[in-house]
Amino acid sequence: MTDMDDLREDRQGSAVLSAQKLNLYYGAAHALKDVDIDIQEKRVTALIGPSGCGKSTFLKTLDRMNDLVPGVRIEGTVSYRGQDIYAPSVDVTWLRRQIGMVFQKPNPFPMSIYDNIAYGPRTHGIRNKSQLDDIVEQSLRGAAIWDEVKDRLKKSALGLSGGQQQRICIARALAVEPDVLLMDEATSALDPISTSKIEDLISDLKSRYTIVIVTHNMQQATRISDQCAFFLLGELIEYGNTTDLFSVPKDKRTEDYITGRFG
Amino acid sequence: MTSNDRKVGPIPMDASLPGLKPTAKPAAQAMRTSPKRAVERGMQAVFLLCGLISIGFVLFISVYLILSGIPAIAQIGPTKFLFGTTWASTAAEPQFGILPFILTSIYGTAGAILIGVPVGFLTAVFLAKAAPPRLAAVVRPAIELLAGIPSVVYGLIGMMVLVPAVRELFHLPDGASLFCAILVLAVMILPSIVSVSETALQAVPREYEEASLALGATEIETYFRVSVPAAKSGIAASIVMGIGRAIGEAMAVIMVAGNVANMPSLFSSVRFLTTAVASEMSYAAVGSLQQQALFSIALVLFLFIMLINVILNSLLKRGGDD
Repeated sequence: MTDMDDLREDRQGSAVLSAQKLNLYYGAAHALKDVDIDIQEKRVTALIGPSGCGKSTFLKTLDRMNDLVPGVRIEGTVSYRGQDIYAPSVDVTWLRRQIGMVFQKPNPFPMSIYDNIAYGPRTHGIRNKSQLDDIVEQSLRGAAIWDEVKDRLKKSALGLSGGQQQRICIARALAVEPDVLLMDEATSALDPISTSKIEDLISDLKSRYTIVIVTHNMQQATRISDQCAFFLLGELIEYGNTTDLFSVPKDKRTEDYITGRFG
Repeated sequence: MTSNDRKVGPIPMDASLPGLKPTAKPAAQAMRTSPKRAVERGMQAVFLLCGLISIGFVLFISVYLILSGIPAIAQIGPTKFLFGTTWASTAAEPQFGILPFILTSIYGTAGAILIGVPVGFLTAVFLAKAAPPRLAAVVRPAIELLAGIPSVVYGLIGMMVLVPAVRELFHLPDGASLFCAILVLAVMILPSIVSVSETALQAVPREYEEASLALGATEIETYFRVSVPAAKSGIAASIVMGIGRAIGEAMAVIMVAGNVANMPSLFSSVRFLTTAVASEMSYAAVGSLQQQALFSIALVLFLFIMLINVILNSLLKRGGDD
């Protein structure tokens, strides 16, 4: 009993991001329906579900990247450390600095590796060369790619392999020192070896960052996530501890999905 | 093995598709030896011929200009011709120095680029990235229309509106000047700069911009620090195209620049390479040194334009390699 209480206490005290009664519409299409969720600090939370279930859409509400989609309407609240991120007073660039994002397709800028990593810090006003050098090295080390690229920092990032490019993108996101890292199917375009490198990296990063990943790969969700949320047709069906969700799913639809009966 | 197995699967399904009738196959085989093949060959020959026609014209013009342009240069002397500062083709002792025309063309083009590029470039960024779609739908055709206006109309409006305005504004005896020509050329090169730059900016993958926005950059920062560098070869190409347009323009320029063979200065009446040819060709005696010198001027202009095209092509090629 006391263990359960402690756990609950821990959960409530450490929600970094939370959504309440979140509804999202693309024009007339109702893409997210009454989503309530608390994302916990320094854990890996996986969002799973079949294509079109709203998991990527939900991820993008967390750093307001959905603002870029014409015709989007959002109801309900999303808060980051207690602050409603859709409040008019919120500076979106500040929010996106706190909440970094890694995309499905590796998308390094067509510039050198160094300039890719330094892009964020430079945008936020850091001009000092040695300070930038430090940030670039630390970020590349953080993304476990320093040894592979340290001799070619001035070369174009587009010359790297897909897996390396994706780690460059992770390093680029780390360079602005975010609090939360969102990953939208960040390994789905990669080969198994690159995927396992990035999975190892995610496990390392969770000691310092709160991580939310969208994945189609249920083995991946079980391997790297602590918490797991199952979405279906825009609804959050089940959310909980990953081990519990996969071993004793509470909802029949979750069970059907994880056992491969649909999706 | 497994890949073979996979390939076997879909074949029967394809055959059962409603579009593929069993009769289609023999018919296709029969056609292989039928007149259709001859038509194919015939069309190939037509395409080749059309291509050769353009090449033929380019070769003809090049050879003609070189052959008819060189005698005068040889007779006058290349240095005296290219660097002579006095053009007095009809004087008792004629002088054929075309430096005033060369410099006027270079200054005029540079001036037009100086004004036209910032305006055109920013318009392109606005249209490609920042403009609300409805506004862009109005501005874009307006700029395209600008490209369709005949240059004589630019000249006419320049003559009737711009030249008197410049005369009044700067208290000049005559408003027709290099300055007016620069302004008219700047407007005339806008459409090519805007449309080529805009196309290059539109082609920048959206993922680059999303990555920048997700890092907390503002939209303007994203456009100038990610989109523009990614489109730089296309934007450079647009500038070179603008240079080509400006240096080759004659009609509008002849109407607003005053057309006196002075060494160029901003508010004096000047003559461009193009207008030097245009203004004397009608009365130069056939076979005279004056007429031959005009051909030489055309040759110089032609070489300038060739150079610009070479630069343009290398820029576009580099853009393709990126």
